[in-house]
Amino acid sequence: MFRRLPEAAGDTVAFTLNGAQATARAGDTVAAALLAAGVAYCRTTPVSGARRAPYCMMGVCFECLVTIDGVGNRQACLIPVRDGMRVETQQGARAIVAEAHA
Amino acid sequence: MIREDTEIAVIGGGLVGAAIAWGLSHAGKRVTVLDEGDNAFRASRGNFALVWVQSKGLGMAAYAAWSVRSSNAWARLASALKDETGIDVAHQRPGGLMLSLSDSEQERRVAQMRRLHNQPEMIPYPYEVLDHARTKALLPDIGPQVAGSIYCPLDGHVNSLKLFRSLHASLSGRGVAYRPNRPVETITRDTMFTVAGPWGAVRAEKIVLAAGNGNARLAPHVGLDAPVRPQRGQIIVTEKAKPFLSYPLVTVRQTDEGGVMIGDSLEEVGFENVVTTEITATEADRAVRMFPMLAGLNVVRTWSALRVMSKDGFPIYDQSVTHPGAFLATCHSGVTLAANHAFDIAPQIAAGKLSDDLLPFSARRFHVPQAA
Repeated sequence: MFRRLPEAAGDTVAFTLNGAQATARAGDTVAAALLAAGVAYCRTTPVSGARRAPYCMMGVCFECLVTIDGVGNRQACLIPVRDGMRVETQQGARAIVAEAHA
Repeated sequence: MIREDTEIAVIGGGLVGAAIAWGLSHAGKRVTVLDEGDNAFRASRGNFALVWVQSKGLGMAAYAAWSVRSSNAWARLASALKDETGIDVAHQRPGGLMLSLSDSEQERRVAQMRRLHNQPEMIPYPYEVLDHARTKALLPDIGPQVAGSIYCPLDGHVNSLKLFRSLHASLSGRGVAYRPNRPVETITRDTMFTVAGPWGAVRAEKIVLAAGNGNARLAPHVGLDAPVRPQRGQIIVTEKAKPFLSYPLVTVRQTDEGGVMIGDSLEEVGFENVVTTEITATEADRAVRMFPMLAGLNVVRTWSALRVMSKDGFPIYDQSVTHPGAFLATCHSGVTLAANHAFDIAPQIAAGKLSDDLLPFSARRFHVPQAA
Protein backbone atom coordinates (compact mmCIF):
# COMPACT_ATOMS: atom_id res chain seq x y z
CA MET A 1 0.00 0.00 0.00
CA PHE A 2 2.82 2.40 0.88
CA ARG A 3 5.81 3.00 -1.36
CA ARG A 4 8.90 5.00 -0.55
CA LEU A 5 9.52 8.24 -2.43
CA PRO A 6 11.97 7.71 -5.30
CA GLU A 7 14.46 10.14 -3.81
CA ALA A 8 14.40 8.41 -0.41
CA ALA A 9 17.85 7.16 0.40
CA GLY A 10 20.01 6.43 3.39
CA ASP A 11 21.49 3.65 5.44
CA THR A 12 19.60 0.40 5.84
CA VAL A 13 18.65 -0.99 9.23
CA ALA A 14 18.00 -4.71 9.82
CA PHE A 15 15.38 -5.75 12.38
CA THR A 16 13.12 -8.73 12.90
CA LEU A 17 9.36 -8.69 12.54
CA ASN A 18 7.66 -11.64 14.26
CA GLY A 19 11.01 -13.44 13.99
CA ALA A 20 11.48 -12.85 10.26
CA GLN A 21 14.26 -10.63 8.89
CA ALA A 22 13.15 -7.19 7.72
CA THR A 23 14.83 -3.97 6.67
CA ALA A 24 14.07 -0.29 7.10
CA ARG A 25 15.74 3.04 6.47
CA ALA A 26 17.78 4.57 9.26
CA GLY A 27 15.61 7.22 10.90
CA ASP A 28 12.34 5.40 10.22
CA THR A 29 10.04 4.99 13.15
CA VAL A 30 8.99 1.41 13.83
CA ALA A 31 5.50 2.32 12.60
CA ALA A 32 6.87 3.70 9.30
CA ALA A 33 9.03 0.62 8.91
CA LEU A 34 6.03 -1.67 9.42
CA LEU A 35 3.92 0.24 6.88
CA ALA A 36 6.78 0.24 4.36
CA ALA A 37 7.18 -3.50 4.93
CA GLY A 38 3.53 -3.97 3.95
CA VAL A 39 2.17 -4.92 7.36
CA ALA A 40 -1.65 -4.72 7.21
CA TYR A 41 -2.20 -4.51 10.95
CA CYS A 42 0.05 -4.43 14.00
CA ARG A 43 -2.27 -5.73 16.70
CA THR A 44 -5.73 -6.92 17.65
CA THR A 45 -7.47 -5.08 20.49
CA PRO A 46 -7.81 -6.64 23.96
CA VAL A 47 -11.57 -6.00 24.18
CA SER A 48 -13.12 -6.72 20.77
CA GLY A 49 -10.25 -8.39 18.93
CA ALA A 50 -10.52 -5.83 16.11
CA ARG A 51 -7.45 -5.24 13.93
CA ARG A 52 -5.49 -2.01 14.36
CA ALA A 53 -2.71 -0.37 12.33
CA PRO A 54 -0.60 2.78 12.69
CA TYR A 55 -2.87 5.76 12.16
CA CYS A 56 -1.92 9.20 13.49
CA MET A 57 1.87 8.63 13.31
CA MET A 58 2.41 11.26 15.99
CA GLY A 59 1.85 9.58 19.35
CA VAL A 60 -1.76 10.47 19.90
CA CYS A 61 -4.04 7.63 18.86
CA PHE A 62 -2.25 4.63 20.44
CA GLU A 63 -3.36 2.38 17.55
CA CYS A 64 0.21 1.33 16.60
CA LEU A 65 1.06 -0.58 19.79
CA VAL A 66 3.57 -3.39 19.27
CA THR A 67 5.94 -5.46 21.34
CA ILE A 68 9.52 -4.22 21.02
CA ASP A 69 12.41 -6.22 22.45
CA GLY A 70 9.98 -8.07 24.70
CA VAL A 71 8.13 -5.05 26.08
CA GLY A 72 4.48 -4.90 25.10
CA ASN A 73 2.28 -1.97 24.09
CA ARG A 74 5.08 0.31 22.85
CA GLN A 75 4.01 3.16 20.58
CA ALA A 76 5.66 2.20 17.28
CA CYS A 77 5.29 5.69 15.80
CA LEU A 78 7.44 7.26 18.53
CA ILE A 79 10.33 4.80 18.48
CA PRO A 80 13.08 4.89 15.84
CA VAL A 81 13.84 1.45 14.43
CA ARG A 82 17.33 0.21 15.30
CA ASP A 83 19.64 -2.54 14.11
CA GLY A 84 18.76 -5.88 15.69
CA MET A 85 15.46 -4.68 17.15
CA ARG A 86 12.89 -7.42 17.76
CA VAL A 87 9.43 -6.21 16.78
CA GLU A 88 6.35 -8.35 17.28
CA THR A 89 2.74 -7.68 16.41
CA GLN A 90 0.27 -8.23 19.26
CA GLN A 91 -2.75 -10.47 19.59
CA GLY A 92 -5.15 -9.17 22.23
CA ALA A 93 -3.96 -8.25 25.71
CA ARG A 94 -0.37 -8.80 26.71
CA ALA A 95 0.48 -11.60 29.10
CA ILE A 96 2.20 -9.92 32.01
CA VAL A 97 3.36 -13.08 33.74
CA ALA A 98 5.37 -14.40 30.82
CA GLU A 99 6.99 -11.03 30.11
CA ALA A 100 7.82 -10.18 33.69
CA HIS A 101 9.65 -13.48 34.07
CA ALA A 102 11.34 -13.27 30.67
CA MET B 1 -36.31 30.36 31.41
CA ILE B 2 -37.29 26.71 31.60
CA ARG B 3 -40.47 25.72 33.47
CA GLU B 4 -41.24 22.06 33.87
CA ASP B 5 -43.59 20.03 36.06
CA THR B 6 -42.91 16.50 37.23
CA GLU B 7 -43.97 14.05 39.89
CA ILE B 8 -40.55 13.44 41.46
CA ALA B 9 -37.40 15.50 40.86
CA VAL B 10 -34.16 13.71 41.60
CA ILE B 11 -31.33 16.18 42.15
CA GLY B 12 -28.11 14.54 41.08
CA GLY B 13 -27.55 12.20 38.13
CA GLY B 14 -24.60 10.19 39.45
CA LEU B 15 -24.83 6.56 40.49
CA VAL B 16 -26.95 7.30 43.58
CA GLY B 17 -29.41 9.57 41.78
CA ALA B 18 -29.56 7.37 38.69
CA ALA B 19 -30.19 4.18 40.71
CA ILE B 20 -32.97 5.86 42.69
CA ALA B 21 -34.49 7.37 39.53
CA TRP B 22 -34.36 3.90 37.96
CA GLY B 23 -36.24 2.41 40.90
CA LEU B 24 -38.78 5.25 40.94
CA SER B 25 -39.44 4.75 37.25
CA HIS B 26 -40.01 1.04 37.88
CA ALA B 27 -42.47 2.03 40.60
CA GLY B 28 -44.46 3.83 37.90
CA LYS B 29 -43.45 7.37 38.82
CA ARG B 30 -42.85 10.27 36.45
CA VAL B 31 -39.30 11.36 37.16
CA THR B 32 -37.03 14.24 36.18
CA VAL B 33 -33.32 14.01 36.95
CA LEU B 34 -31.55 17.36 37.36
CA ASP B 35 -27.82 17.00 36.94
CA GLU B 36 -24.74 19.17 36.75
CA GLY B 37 -22.55 19.15 33.65
CA ASP B 38 -19.39 17.28 32.67
CA ASN B 39 -17.32 19.53 34.93
CA ALA B 40 -19.06 18.22 38.07
CA PHE B 41 -16.99 16.54 40.78
CA ARG B 42 -18.47 13.17 39.94
CA ALA B 43 -17.51 10.23 42.11
CA SER B 44 -19.42 7.98 39.69
CA ARG B 45 -16.68 8.45 37.10
CA GLY B 46 -13.79 8.07 39.49
CA ASN B 47 -14.53 5.21 41.83
CA PHE B 48 -12.86 1.83 42.25
CA ALA B 49 -15.99 -0.20 41.31
CA LEU B 50 -16.01 -2.69 44.15
CA VAL B 51 -19.22 -4.23 45.43
CA TRP B 52 -17.74 -4.55 48.88
CA VAL B 53 -18.85 -5.94 52.24
CA GLN B 54 -15.89 -6.90 54.42
CA SER B 55 -14.57 -4.22 56.77
CA LYS B 56 -17.73 -2.10 56.50
CA GLY B 57 -19.89 -1.30 59.52
CA LEU B 58 -17.50 -1.01 62.45
CA GLY B 59 -19.46 1.46 64.59
CA MET B 60 -22.82 0.78 62.94
CA ALA B 61 -23.93 -2.84 62.61
CA ALA B 62 -26.89 -1.73 60.48
CA TYR B 63 -24.45 -0.55 57.78
CA ALA B 64 -22.82 -3.99 57.64
CA ALA B 65 -26.25 -5.58 57.16
CA TRP B 66 -27.18 -2.93 54.59
CA SER B 67 -24.01 -3.68 52.58
CA VAL B 68 -24.65 -7.44 52.74
CA ARG B 69 -28.21 -6.85 51.54
CA SER B 70 -27.06 -4.86 48.51
CA SER B 71 -24.32 -7.37 47.71
CA ASN B 72 -26.98 -10.11 47.74
CA ALA B 73 -29.30 -8.12 45.46
CA TRP B 74 -26.62 -7.01 43.02
CA ALA B 75 -26.92 -9.91 40.56
CA ARG B 76 -30.61 -9.07 40.16
CA LEU B 77 -29.76 -5.45 39.33
CA ALA B 78 -27.09 -6.50 36.81
CA SER B 79 -29.48 -8.89 35.16
CA ALA B 80 -32.30 -6.32 34.96
CA LEU B 81 -29.96 -3.76 33.39
CA LYS B 82 -28.72 -6.33 30.88
CA ASP B 83 -32.28 -7.17 29.89
CA GLU B 84 -33.26 -3.53 29.52
CA THR B 85 -30.20 -2.11 27.81
CA GLY B 86 -28.15 -5.02 26.51
CA ILE B 87 -25.20 -3.67 28.51
CA ASP B 88 -23.33 -6.23 30.59
CA VAL B 89 -21.99 -4.33 33.60
CA ALA B 90 -19.56 -7.19 34.29
CA HIS B 91 -20.79 -7.91 37.79
CA GLN B 92 -18.79 -10.70 39.42
CA ARG B 93 -18.89 -12.00 42.95
CA PRO B 94 -15.98 -14.40 43.41
CA GLY B 95 -15.32 -13.08 46.90
CA GLY B 96 -12.67 -10.49 47.66
CA LEU B 97 -9.50 -10.10 49.69
CA MET B 98 -7.68 -7.55 51.77
CA LEU B 99 -3.95 -8.28 51.67
CA SER B 100 -1.53 -7.42 54.47
CA LEU B 101 2.13 -6.64 53.81
CA SER B 102 3.30 -7.31 57.37
CA ASP B 103 2.29 -9.44 60.33
CA SER B 104 1.28 -6.35 62.29
CA GLU B 105 -0.94 -5.14 59.43
CA GLN B 106 -2.57 -8.58 59.31
CA GLU B 107 -3.11 -8.60 63.09
CA ARG B 108 -4.69 -5.15 62.85
CA ARG B 109 -7.07 -6.29 60.11
CA VAL B 110 -8.04 -9.46 61.96
CA ALA B 111 -8.68 -7.53 65.18
CA GLN B 112 -10.83 -5.06 63.26
CA MET B 113 -12.94 -7.83 61.72
CA ARG B 114 -13.34 -9.40 65.14
CA ARG B 115 -14.48 -6.09 66.68
CA LEU B 116 -16.87 -5.60 63.76
CA HIS B 117 -18.43 -9.01 64.33
CA ASN B 118 -18.57 -8.64 68.11
CA GLN B 119 -20.83 -5.58 67.91
CA PRO B 120 -24.32 -5.85 69.39
CA GLU B 121 -26.96 -6.46 66.72
CA MET B 122 -24.31 -7.55 64.23
CA ILE B 123 -25.57 -10.22 61.85
CA PRO B 124 -22.45 -12.28 61.21
CA TYR B 125 -21.33 -13.04 57.68
CA PRO B 126 -18.71 -15.49 56.54
CA TYR B 127 -15.06 -14.55 56.20
CA GLU B 128 -11.75 -16.35 56.49
CA VAL B 129 -8.36 -15.33 57.79
CA LEU B 130 -5.72 -16.70 55.42
CA ASP B 131 -1.98 -17.04 55.95
CA HIS B 132 0.54 -16.55 53.12
CA ALA B 133 0.20 -20.10 51.78
CA ARG B 134 -3.59 -20.09 51.74
CA THR B 135 -3.60 -16.63 50.17
CA LYS B 136 -1.21 -17.93 47.51
CA ALA B 137 -3.60 -20.76 46.76
CA LEU B 138 -6.16 -18.14 45.68
CA LEU B 139 -3.69 -15.63 44.24
CA PRO B 140 -0.70 -17.54 42.81
CA ASP B 141 1.15 -14.38 41.80
CA ILE B 142 1.53 -12.75 45.23
CA GLY B 143 5.00 -11.73 46.35
CA PRO B 144 6.91 -12.99 49.39
CA GLN B 145 6.07 -9.84 51.40
CA VAL B 146 2.38 -10.71 51.60
CA ALA B 147 1.86 -11.78 55.22
CA GLY B 148 -1.71 -12.94 54.81
CA SER B 149 -5.17 -11.78 53.94
CA ILE B 150 -8.83 -11.77 54.83
CA TYR B 151 -11.18 -13.37 52.33
CA CYS B 152 -14.91 -12.66 52.27
CA PRO B 153 -17.09 -14.59 49.80
CA LEU B 154 -19.66 -11.77 49.64
CA ASP B 155 -17.30 -9.30 47.98
CA GLY B 156 -17.30 -8.62 44.26
CA HIS B 157 -16.89 -5.94 41.63
CA VAL B 158 -18.38 -4.51 38.44
CA ASN B 159 -17.43 -2.19 35.62
CA SER B 160 -18.76 0.99 37.19
CA LEU B 161 -18.57 3.04 34.00
CA LYS B 162 -20.77 0.47 32.28
CA LEU B 163 -23.08 0.56 35.29
CA PHE B 164 -23.33 4.33 34.99
CA ARG B 165 -23.98 4.08 31.26
CA SER B 166 -26.54 1.30 31.55
CA LEU B 167 -28.51 3.11 34.26
CA HIS B 168 -28.70 6.21 32.08
CA ALA B 169 -29.52 4.19 28.97
CA SER B 170 -32.34 2.55 30.85
CA LEU B 171 -33.62 5.86 32.24
CA SER B 172 -33.66 7.27 28.75
CA GLY B 173 -35.47 4.22 27.37
CA ARG B 174 -38.05 4.37 30.15
CA GLY B 175 -38.92 8.00 29.48
CA VAL B 176 -37.25 9.50 32.53
CA ALA B 177 -36.40 13.14 31.78
CA TYR B 178 -32.63 13.56 32.22
CA ARG B 179 -31.63 17.25 32.35
CA PRO B 180 -27.87 17.93 32.42
CA ASN B 181 -26.31 21.35 33.07
CA ARG B 182 -28.98 22.27 35.60
CA PRO B 183 -27.18 23.09 38.84
CA VAL B 184 -29.69 23.66 41.62
CA GLU B 185 -29.42 26.79 43.75
CA THR B 186 -32.67 26.99 45.69
CA ILE B 187 -35.45 24.67 46.74
CA THR B 188 -38.72 26.11 48.06
CA ARG B 189 -42.09 24.58 48.83
CA ASP B 190 -45.69 25.80 48.62
CA THR B 191 -48.20 23.28 47.29
CA MET B 192 -45.29 21.69 45.42
CA PHE B 193 -41.51 21.94 45.51
CA THR B 194 -39.82 24.45 43.23
CA VAL B 195 -36.27 23.47 42.37
CA ALA B 196 -34.52 26.39 40.74
CA GLY B 197 -31.23 27.50 39.24
CA PRO B 198 -29.97 30.00 36.68
CA TRP B 199 -31.51 27.84 33.94
CA GLY B 200 -35.09 28.07 35.27
CA ALA B 201 -37.14 25.90 37.59
CA VAL B 202 -38.80 22.49 37.90
CA ARG B 203 -41.89 21.98 40.03
CA ALA B 204 -42.32 18.57 41.66
CA GLU B 205 -44.54 16.83 44.18
CA LYS B 206 -41.54 15.12 45.75
CA ILE B 207 -37.81 15.67 45.59
CA VAL B 208 -34.83 13.44 46.24
CA LEU B 209 -31.50 15.02 47.12
CA ALA B 210 -28.84 12.77 45.59
CA ALA B 211 -26.31 15.46 44.84
CA GLY B 212 -23.27 13.90 46.53
CA ASN B 213 -21.18 16.56 48.22
CA GLY B 214 -23.73 19.12 46.96
CA ASN B 215 -26.21 17.69 49.47
CA ALA B 216 -24.41 19.53 52.29
CA ARG B 217 -25.47 22.84 50.72
CA LEU B 218 -28.94 21.78 49.52
CA ALA B 219 -30.24 19.82 52.52
CA PRO B 220 -30.93 22.89 54.75
CA HIS B 221 -33.26 24.27 52.04
CA VAL B 222 -35.76 21.57 52.99
CA GLY B 223 -35.11 21.16 56.71
CA LEU B 224 -32.57 18.38 56.35
CA ASP B 225 -28.94 18.04 57.33
CA ALA B 226 -26.19 16.33 55.34
CA PRO B 227 -22.81 16.82 56.97
CA VAL B 228 -20.70 15.41 54.12
CA ARG B 229 -17.31 16.48 52.84
CA PRO B 230 -15.09 15.53 49.91
CA GLN B 231 -12.44 12.91 50.60
CA ARG B 232 -9.96 12.42 47.79
CA GLY B 233 -8.90 9.06 46.41
CA GLN B 234 -6.23 8.57 43.76
CA ILE B 235 -6.20 5.73 41.25
CA ILE B 236 -3.63 4.29 38.86
CA VAL B 237 -4.72 2.33 35.77
CA THR B 238 -2.40 0.15 33.75
CA GLU B 239 -2.54 -1.03 30.17
CA LYS B 240 -4.82 -3.98 29.51
CA ALA B 241 -3.30 -7.35 30.27
CA LYS B 242 -4.41 -10.96 30.07
CA PRO B 243 -6.43 -12.01 33.15
CA PHE B 244 -4.15 -12.81 36.09
CA LEU B 245 -6.24 -11.79 39.10
CA SER B 246 -9.36 -13.86 39.75
CA TYR B 247 -10.47 -11.93 42.83
CA PRO B 248 -10.89 -8.21 43.53
CA LEU B 249 -8.74 -6.77 46.29
CA VAL B 250 -9.55 -3.62 48.18
CA THR B 251 -6.49 -1.92 46.65
CA VAL B 252 -5.92 -3.82 43.38
CA ARG B 253 -8.36 -5.22 40.87
CA GLN B 254 -8.28 -6.27 37.24
CA THR B 255 -11.22 -4.97 35.23
CA ASP B 256 -13.34 -7.09 32.90
CA GLU B 257 -11.39 -5.54 30.01
CA GLY B 258 -7.96 -6.36 31.45
CA GLY B 259 -6.70 -3.06 32.88
CA VAL B 260 -5.37 -3.18 36.43
CA MET B 261 -6.67 -0.53 38.85
CA ILE B 262 -4.58 0.38 41.87
CA GLY B 263 -5.93 2.68 44.51
CA ASP B 264 -7.66 3.27 47.83
CA SER B 265 -5.86 6.37 49.09
CA LEU B 266 -7.67 8.72 51.48
CA GLU B 267 -6.92 12.45 51.70
CA GLU B 268 -8.70 15.42 53.22
CA VAL B 269 -7.97 18.21 50.75
CA GLY B 270 -11.34 19.82 50.05
CA PHE B 271 -12.61 20.28 46.49
CA GLU B 272 -9.28 19.56 44.83
CA ASN B 273 -8.94 16.65 42.40
CA VAL B 274 -5.37 16.74 41.17
CA VAL B 275 -3.04 13.72 41.22
CA THR B 276 0.14 13.71 43.29
CA THR B 277 3.26 11.65 42.69
CA GLU B 278 3.73 11.02 46.39
CA ILE B 279 0.41 9.19 46.76
CA THR B 280 0.47 7.30 43.45
CA ALA B 281 4.08 6.21 44.11
CA THR B 282 3.03 4.74 47.47
CA GLU B 283 0.06 2.98 45.90
CA ALA B 284 2.25 1.58 43.11
CA ASP B 285 4.89 0.43 45.59
CA ARG B 286 2.36 -1.45 47.71
CA ALA B 287 0.77 -3.01 44.62
CA VAL B 288 4.15 -4.22 43.31
CA ARG B 289 4.98 -5.72 46.72
CA MET B 290 1.68 -7.59 46.53
CA PHE B 291 2.18 -8.66 42.89
CA PRO B 292 5.81 -8.20 41.78
CA MET B 293 4.97 -8.81 38.11
CA LEU B 294 2.89 -5.60 38.04
CA ALA B 295 6.22 -3.75 37.83
CA GLY B 296 6.40 -4.76 34.16
CA LEU B 297 3.10 -3.11 33.21
CA ASN B 298 2.79 0.36 31.71
CA VAL B 299 0.62 2.88 33.51
CA VAL B 300 -1.78 4.53 31.09
CA ARG B 301 -3.80 6.79 33.38
CA THR B 302 -3.90 8.25 36.85
CA TRP B 303 -6.75 10.25 38.29
CA SER B 304 -8.25 11.39 41.52
CA ALA B 305 -11.88 11.75 42.52
CA LEU B 306 -13.77 12.94 45.56
CA ARG B 307 -15.67 10.56 47.79
CA VAL B 308 -18.79 11.82 49.54
CA MET B 309 -17.89 11.24 53.18
CA SER B 310 -20.15 11.75 56.16
CA LYS B 311 -18.78 12.48 59.65
CA ASP B 312 -18.87 8.82 60.66
CA GLY B 313 -18.37 7.36 57.18
CA PHE B 314 -21.84 5.80 57.00
CA PRO B 315 -24.61 6.65 54.52
CA ILE B 316 -27.33 9.17 55.28
CA TYR B 317 -30.93 8.41 54.29
CA ASP B 318 -33.50 10.87 55.53
CA GLN B 319 -36.91 12.38 54.98
CA SER B 320 -37.86 15.90 55.95
CA VAL B 321 -40.27 16.58 58.79
CA THR B 322 -40.66 20.27 57.96
CA HIS B 323 -40.90 19.69 54.19
CA PRO B 324 -42.85 16.44 53.68
CA GLY B 325 -41.97 14.84 50.36
CA ALA B 326 -38.30 15.81 50.51
CA PHE B 327 -35.89 12.88 50.77
CA LEU B 328 -32.12 12.64 50.93
CA ALA B 329 -29.69 9.86 50.05
CA THR B 330 -25.95 10.11 50.24
CA CYS B 331 -23.08 7.65 50.66
CA HIS B 332 -19.54 6.96 49.51
CA SER B 333 -20.47 3.53 48.14
CA GLY B 334 -22.73 4.33 45.23
CA VAL B 335 -21.63 1.16 43.44
CA THR B 336 -22.00 -1.30 46.32
CA LEU B 337 -25.32 0.18 47.42
CA ALA B 338 -26.81 0.66 43.94
CA ALA B 339 -29.01 -2.42 44.31
CA ASN B 340 -30.47 -1.16 47.61
CA HIS B 341 -31.03 2.28 46.15
CA ALA B 342 -32.91 0.78 43.21
CA PHE B 343 -34.86 -1.93 45.05
CA ASP B 344 -35.37 -0.50 48.58
CA ILE B 345 -34.90 3.26 48.78
CA ALA B 346 -36.73 4.09 45.56
CA PRO B 347 -39.93 2.08 46.28
CA GLN B 348 -40.07 3.60 49.77
CA ILE B 349 -39.76 7.12 48.36
CA ALA B 350 -42.40 6.24 45.77
CA ALA B 351 -44.69 5.16 48.62
CA GLY B 352 -43.93 8.38 50.49
CA LYS B 353 -42.09 7.13 53.57
CA LEU B 354 -38.70 5.65 54.40
CA SER B 355 -38.86 2.41 56.35
CA ASP B 356 -38.15 2.47 60.08
CA ASP B 357 -35.32 0.04 59.32
CA LEU B 358 -33.47 3.04 57.92
CA LEU B 359 -33.74 5.13 61.11
CA PRO B 360 -30.11 4.38 62.07
CA PHE B 361 -29.08 6.15 58.85
CA SER B 362 -30.87 9.41 59.64
CA ALA B 363 -28.64 12.46 60.11
CA ARG B 364 -30.34 12.81 63.48
CA ARG B 365 -27.56 10.53 64.72
CA PHE B 366 -25.25 13.55 64.48
CA HIS B 367 -27.54 15.68 66.65
CA VAL B 368 -27.14 13.78 69.91
CA PRO B 369 -26.49 16.44 72.59
CA GLN B 370 -22.89 16.50 73.74
CA ALA B 371 -22.40 14.67 77.03
CA ALA B 372 -22.23 17.11 79.93
